[in-house]
Amino acid sequence: MSDIAERVKKIVTEHLGVEPEKVTEGASFIDDLGADSLDTVELVMAFEEAFNCEIPDDAAETILTVGDAIKFLEKNAA
Amino acid sequence: MRRVVVTGLGMVTPLGCGVDVTWKRLLAGASGARRVANFDVSDLPAKIACQIPRGDGTEGTFNPDQWMEPKEQRKVDEFIVYAMAAATQALNDADWHPSTYEDQCATGVMIGSGIGGLQGIAETSIVLQERGPRRVSPFFIPGRLINLAGGYVSIEHGLKGPNHAVVTACSTGAHAIGDASRLVALGDADVMVAGGTESPINRLALAGFAACRALSTGFNDTPEKASRPYDRDRDGFVMGEGAGVVVVEELEHALARGARIYGEIVGYGLSGDAYHITAPSEDGDGAFRSMQAALKRAGITPSEVDYINAHGTSTMADGIELGAVERLLGNSAATVSMSSTKSAIGHLLGAAGAVEAIFSLLAIRDQIAPATLNLDNPSVETPIDLVPHTPRERSIDYALSNSFGFGGTNASLVFKRYAN
Repeated sequence: MSDIAERVKKIVTEHLGVEPEKVTEGASFIDDLGADSLDTVELVMAFEEAFNCEIPDDAAETILTVGDAIKFLEKNAA
Repeated sequence: MRRVVVTGLGMVTPLGCGVDVTWKRLLAGASGARRVANFDVSDLPAKIACQIPRGDGTEGTFNPDQWMEPKEQRKVDEFIVYAMAAATQALNDADWHPSTYEDQCATGVMIGSGIGGLQGIAETSIVLQERGPRRVSPFFIPGRLINLAGGYVSIEHGLKGPNHAVVTACSTGAHAIGDASRLVALGDADVMVAGGTESPINRLALAGFAACRALSTGFNDTPEKASRPYDRDRDGFVMGEGAGVVVVEELEHALARGARIYGEIVGYGLSGDAYHITAPSEDGDGAFRSMQAALKRAGITPSEVDYINAHGTSTMADGIELGAVERLLGNSAATVSMSSTKSAIGHLLGAAGAVEAIFSLLAIRDQIAPATLNLDNPSVETPIDLVPHTPRERSIDYALSNSFGFGGTNASLVFKRYAN
């Protein structure tokens, strides 16, 4: 597992208050991890903060799963 | 109108988390005032406050994790967490856990706050200034709004009846209980979860109230002596924090399910000073009319009042309230006991009226008037028993609780010992 994947999973676990083993790459924030739309906004902010990058709103809308976030950040994170 | 009783109590106060521990410590003469240690007070004139004792939940300490999930706590200001704790306690105490759709719709929430999420507003304004709007959390607004205390309580407990929030500064808690009892009396709900909550102990609020010259500043080295209502050396109030919530219920509804009844809400009076933004008028006219209206609604004469839980904040206004009470009671002033429990827990602002309503109900239950601490030298002579230093065992059938707020907003509640 890449360093980025590990960090993403840690952020998701902490912000959503879920068991770490539930945070798989295929897990959907809303359908599987109990997030609501406000939680996902905050998660994206946490990713921006942790990876020192900007995630535009249209890109944020495509980040629906843990794997989506890892893929986006592997490509765009500084 | 339908008769309304109180069937559940819950509180988080500077004397502890829970009604029993708070009441026990209050009667034992404990003070919740301490030097503030969790943030810098070196440049503030008031360096003391009555803060909730935190811990793992044992020995009366407040453990927020017992009342709200940590991931939810992160999103809200503490006044919401305190409200969750007090409301859950009150519903458990009342043993009222509506599960059918009808029962849920018949149960509402009216929990207010004087100020709401000041801490979060202060912190987020710094985030905005230093890091820009993209760093402002989506939970900033919902975590600060005053009615979100009641919102969270309704979601947690599935309460689908009237959902309302009072904001009348230091009268909030009393107005909430009074207004909730009216909704029950009129049939808008059978049960209401009502009270007030406040989390104002932070640098911004201490600076703001100090600027109003409202806070005690002369007892920073002896904090437990600072809140001294009616005493000649009083110099301002001591900020407190916490929440008080009661379950207000229609009498027949309570009897039908065999609920324990703490007392009946028989009187509720309201008035406005129309005088000054922070000071009451010298003649105490607003306080007088608020009490008078509550007694009229209760259908009792002033001579029937046994105990008064005063607003008594330990400011110059104490004398004005006392004068209004003397005018109200007339010749029966010598038969009443009146105390300010703010001498022990400080001023809980929007929560004060609710916590003090609960103390009034417990005074009726246990037939004892809690004391006014630190009343060494009363600043004026009065025939009224101000219950200095130690509680007074006495007969209490009717208790009156006063709350007065900035803006000139007054509320008085009358509770009666329950009799069929």
